[in-house]
Amino acid sequence: MGGRQEKLKAYLLSFVLAGGVLLAWQVLTLPTTLPVEVIHADNSEYARLMGTASAAPVSHGFPSPSQFGHDAWQQLRAPFHNSGPNDRGIGWQLGASLLRVFIGYGLAVAVAVPLGLLMGQMPLLARGLNPFIQVLRPISPLAWMPIALYTIQNAEGCGIFVIFICALWPVLLNTSFGVARVRREWLDVASTLELGWVQRMWRVILPAAAPTIVTGMRVGLGIAWLAIVAAEMLVGSSGIGYFVWNQWNNLSISNVILAVLLIGITGMILDTAFSALQRSVGYAE
Amino acid sequence: MRNNATALMDVQHLEKRYGASAPAIFSDISFSINQGEFVCMIGHSGCGKSTILNILAGLERPTTGHVSMNRHHVTRPGLERGVVFQGHALMPWLTVAQNVALAVRARSPGMNKADVHQQVLHYLNMVNLHDAQHKRPSELSGGMRQRVGIARAFSTTPDMLLMDEPFGALDALTRGVIQDELLRICAKTGQAVFMITHDVDEAILLADRLILMSNGPQAHIAEIVENPLPRDRVRTSIHHLSGFYDLRNHLVDFLVRRSAGTRQTSN
Repeated sequence: MGGRQEKLKAYLLSFVLAGGVLLAWQVLTLPTTLPVEVIHADNSEYARLMGTASAAPVSHGFPSPSQFGHDAWQQLRAPFHNSGPNDRGIGWQLGASLLRVFIGYGLAVAVAVPLGLLMGQMPLLARGLNPFIQVLRPISPLAWMPIALYTIQNAEGCGIFVIFICALWPVLLNTSFGVARVRREWLDVASTLELGWVQRMWRVILPAAAPTIVTGMRVGLGIAWLAIVAAEMLVGSSGIGYFVWNQWNNLSISNVILAVLLIGITGMILDTAFSALQRSVGYAE
Repeated sequence: MRNNATALMDVQHLEKRYGASAPAIFSDISFSINQGEFVCMIGHSGCGKSTILNILAGLERPTTGHVSMNRHHVTRPGLERGVVFQGHALMPWLTVAQNVALAVRARSPGMNKADVHQQVLHYLNMVNLHDAQHKRPSELSGGMRQRVGIARAFSTTPDMLLMDEPFGALDALTRGVIQDELLRICAKTGQAVFMITHDVDEAILLADRLILMSNGPQAHIAEIVENPLPRDRVRTSIHHLSGFYDLRNHLVDFLVRRSAGTRQTSN
């Protein structure tokens, strides 16, 4: 019962905080008349130039919450509209980013998990690869961009490569670590039961290392989602990162805010899915 | 020495050292175990008992010497030698029934689901754990976990059961209950067992033969004692049997005084 009340209080607090932020936002973006007083009559030419000649109360460039709500609704009403490369709906852009992430991330997992399994079981291989991994791992995914652009020469491929290269390391290292740390006893049980290679892998090593592997996959997906936005800002043509940059160039701050919110919410949903997966493969010793 | 030709397991001159110049952990370990015999090895920690058991199981290799089982050279683990590990070694992500099923399937690949389940229940019944079949090891007490470990080892119908201090971590009450269970199962199935323990009473109750190890390093077999008590001994009345205290005093004296002394004389 106490736990439930705590939960309710936490929800209430979140609600109050959201209200507070909205209120502050509204107050800070209230229309002011200040600019008109600054530009005097003798400067009417300049005032006209600035577009403030007739309008008495002038709004900031930054939208108020209600403005944002209106603009966001316009955008979300037709999320998949497509009127050429410069005017596609936000859902379309988000989908393009997700597709890229799933391909690049899927490739990373497909390479990192088997390689990590080998490394975990062959300390020699792990030690031999370690210097390369340690050098490659801290490289920002964006630093790969020029090399990727030059060699792949395809914007789509570059985006996928960047996702691949940044999601690879956490999955690889965690898989290798998880497999290397599978308890000796369990492997001994597998040996005394004369389990074959496949059974040993499938029934003992993978389930034993699964929590560590999934943790690595969760971290990798988080990084991939961070990297895709930046990569799309650079290579452009589609995706939520491109959308943010394009709307910034249009000075449509409402759309930028909407996109930023959607990036956050999508990241949260992806992470929640992985936290559920983590729970399902977890075990108590 | 017994007649090695009929022995189920024959152990000859085992020696283990880690590194060529390092002193031997133990040396010249030779004994044999017959069909249906229960053999206990007693000794202080550090005499290499667990290493010897691992060598019998095929999980480790001796530096010199060899082990044969049914006249076949033991070089790796096998289903004919079931192992009950010191720390139960159950897979925590599987339920009790799934843990036993893993072993049943390993013994009989291709057995259909219903038969596997029936076998699992049979072995869980044997250790009185029928009700816990859907629980995970983390939900069980230490004694229950070890009983699952025993059921798993029996479920592969091994020719020889190897037990490494299986009750070491259990409280005295639980230990007694499981000892009784083990004794009952072994009497029924005629299972050959090699067990490591440092509990004298446990050894007297369970073992037909006791192998006394001197202290390590350079441990060796100090003495092999036949248990003179009748085979139908039970825990509750064993201390009334004539000869019980003679044997017990002999073993305790050995552990307290002679286990260290024998090394000096042998050197």
